[in-house]
Amino acid sequence: MAQQLLTQNTFKKAIAALILTVGAGSALSVQAADEINIYSDRQAFLMKPILDAFTEDTGIKVNIVFAKSGLIQRLKSEGLNSPADLMLTSNVSNLTRAVEAGVTQKVDDPVINKNVPAKYRDENGQWFGLTTRARVIYTSKERVKPGEIKTYEDMADPKFAGRICTRKGDHTYNVALIASMIAHHGEADTKQWLEGVKANLARKPQGNDRAQVKAVKEGVCDIAVGNTYYYGKMLTNDEQRAWAESVNIVYPNQDGRGSHVNISGMVMTKSSPNHESALKLMRFLTEDHAQKIYAEQNFEFPVKQGVSASKVVDHWGEFKADDIALSKVDQYRKRAAMMVNEVGYND
Amino acid sequence: MYSQAEDKPKLASGFGLRSFFQGRSDNRYWQLSVWVIAGIVLLPVFAVLWLAFFPDENIWPHLLSTVLPGYIQTTLGLMLGVGVLAAWLGVSTAWVTTMYEFPGRRIFEWALLLPFAVPAYVIAYVYTDMLEYSGWFQSGLRDLFGWTTARDYYFPEIRSLGGAVSMLALVLYPYVFMMVRATFIEQSASLRDAARTLGCGRRAVFWRVSLPTARPALAVGLALVLMEALNDFGTVDYFAVRTLTAGIYDVWLNMGNIGGAAQIASVMMVFILVLIGLEQHSRRKQKQFSRGDRFKAFRRTKLTGRKAVACWLICFIPLAFGFIIPVGALARHAVVYFDVSWTPDFFQMSWNSFMLSAIAAICTIILGLVLAYGKRLVKTPSVQKAVRLSGLGYAMPGAALAVGVIIPLAAFDNAVDRWFESWFGISTGLLLSGTVFALIFAYVVRFLAVSAGSIESSLDKVTPSMDMAARSLGYNTLQILWKVHVPMIKPGVLTAALVVFVDSMKELPATLVLRPFNFDTLATHVYQFASDELLEESALAALVIVLVGVVPVVLLSRSIIASRNETTEP
Repeated sequence: MAQQLLTQNTFKKAIAALILTVGAGSALSVQAADEINIYSDRQAFLMKPILDAFTEDTGIKVNIVFAKSGLIQRLKSEGLNSPADLMLTSNVSNLTRAVEAGVTQKVDDPVINKNVPAKYRDENGQWFGLTTRARVIYTSKERVKPGEIKTYEDMADPKFAGRICTRKGDHTYNVALIASMIAHHGEADTKQWLEGVKANLARKPQGNDRAQVKAVKEGVCDIAVGNTYYYGKMLTNDEQRAWAESVNIVYPNQDGRGSHVNISGMVMTKSSPNHESALKLMRFLTEDHAQKIYAEQNFEFPVKQGVSASKVVDHWGEFKADDIALSKVDQYRKRAAMMVNEVGYND
Repeated sequence: MYSQAEDKPKLASGFGLRSFFQGRSDNRYWQLSVWVIAGIVLLPVFAVLWLAFFPDENIWPHLLSTVLPGYIQTTLGLMLGVGVLAAWLGVSTAWVTTMYEFPGRRIFEWALLLPFAVPAYVIAYVYTDMLEYSGWFQSGLRDLFGWTTARDYYFPEIRSLGGAVSMLALVLYPYVFMMVRATFIEQSASLRDAARTLGCGRRAVFWRVSLPTARPALAVGLALVLMEALNDFGTVDYFAVRTLTAGIYDVWLNMGNIGGAAQIASVMMVFILVLIGLEQHSRRKQKQFSRGDRFKAFRRTKLTGRKAVACWLICFIPLAFGFIIPVGALARHAVVYFDVSWTPDFFQMSWNSFMLSAIAAICTIILGLVLAYGKRLVKTPSVQKAVRLSGLGYAMPGAALAVGVIIPLAAFDNAVDRWFESWFGISTGLLLSGTVFALIFAYVVRFLAVSAGSIESSLDKVTPSMDMAARSLGYNTLQILWKVHVPMIKPGVLTAALVVFVDSMKELPATLVLRPFNFDTLATHVYQFASDELLEESALAALVIVLVGVVPVVLLSRSIIASRNETTEP
């Protein structure tokens, strides 16, 4: 039974540790050739279908650790001995944070560069987007007239006082949105806007994006902010379908710069012990097959041109995405996060 | 059993105890062991402090001028609320189950510990599901009274500070119950009899004799409750209550600033140090020794009628809200979503959880024994301080602890790797990081305070004359520990093992970050789904966490009762 507890890898390592402690000296090299290791801040069950498809295609086994925070720190501490090859993240901030922590390496691969549009990858080849989602405004079908709210900027309009729900302001999705506001309007105007939004909140920020739509359904507020894929997730969940059906999707700023978009993405770690296989997986993730599964699985938009999203998502119609490069938006991430605290958004 | 105030050190030196112990060679081993253990378990704490004082990017002034005062205020509110409520529930139930005989008492005796097996985040989820606007309770009220929107009536918001206080107190009061009840039972009946003959009423006996004598136990229990409350992340996050722990996650996860997170974690450590200090202070002025032969079995007062019902309700209410209702809800979900959950992975996860917790409990107990006994033997300030400080890991929120564990382990691994590389040309890679060793190490660091504290308070009650007698019979210190003390303090040791086991089962943030590849415990599994508001689909795993937690709760509480009965026999 003890073997069951310890996966093969860890078991060997435990033996290695044992050998070490008795001073026998020689330890084992623990990496098998046809495996790659992933640190992921997306849930393992979300990634499983794609990774299974990859294993089926290539025979390469994929190992994964999921945690929402701490994995960058783990990579950093483990240094060049880290077993991890790739890191998968659910948002652009964690990609750039990994780069800042110095745990990534440059990947310059023609296939990947062709598949991922330039605005969704790092200009130095350190990180790559895999799927996109827009941050949209959900409005109550009953209580908000079509066209009543059309832009992010409108959310600060006093006529919406007591009618808006959002999750916490310092969540990465909101921080990225605020950062994009800074990129377009500058700091002073954005702060004023954020104070306006804060003043319009129906309740203290809480819950995730879905919980905001639920609040609209319950009449706590009329307008919510959330990522597009939550709409698909709610529609396909028996209990939550009614929440989704109580709201309309409004793609903001369609007459102007377009809606703010965030990405999920990947980096190759600096230490990557299975470089070749890892590169194979990176390529695989940007190709049609995986792009389609990934996008369908989580109701996101594939980054690769010409790959269709799921039918559920197609149903929401075309929209214009903000063309600004995400790396440019990300420059204002820290400023945006501090601004949230400065206006006391979460209080 | 006799109590004494303040004169114990005098007693010790008067009998030459101090000089008797000091200078003995095996004391050196104890001293050394204490230092080594404390040094190792403090490594993660130092790692976090180091991050706090030398951050890559210092946002301390920003935190101080914006969110930190709010975090502190909310945290104090939470601690006050949870402390008062848990003390109330714990002491009242402990008192009536010790002093009175009423229908169901024998069941309550152990059943009142059950809520302890329920993770706070699970109970928070279940009650939110039930009591929020769309939950069946409010929906039912609306149907009943014809209300249509939230504006038509008032209903307390479950996602609030008050809600968090209630949730945490409901699952944490067993700490107080457990500790205080043990003392109530050990309290000599003659003490209470004496008070009665001196004209005290029943109520006065409680307030003026029993409760003050139980104060050290209450302090230990409350300290544990408050530390757990301080460390809770699941509930406060779910309820958007902005405590220090929630702040650590915000700063780390959302602002991506680990230095800032470590700084808030350090502020939290100050809170814990104050708690530990208060706990020690309340124990300092009071020592009780027992030889295990001074017990006098006492008879419980038999209650009937209204009084029996009242006692029954005092016990039933916390049990119902802390265990029966949430577990019932989980069981319902588990049945509905059974097919989704019942997979081969499920057994593997259960096994992982069980094994990890068991190993962690054993390691923690052994180290706790060494620390507590070392502290008893070697009275030098350095040892006393080392033991006290070794509990600091308990002060760290799981996620900060995880980082604190990674840093020294990875540094060790990389150093070994370099050494082997340069001497033998072999790369050892990472030996300890990313293995179950890292997890167990984290649990030990986190929960050592629980075991050492519990064992220490039990050891405190063993009179030093036991040590002296055993020494004069030629035992060495290790033999004394094993043959004299451990049998005498078995209930305390078992309690500690129980607490660590169940706590390890529930531990989440550190497990998430430190675990090996493809490795899930029940807690990480539940979290994956619950974080997506899909707890129903992992209800089976949540239920198993609770039920596996229940087994040792029942077994150990029974053996605690059994070993009591042994000693209470005249």
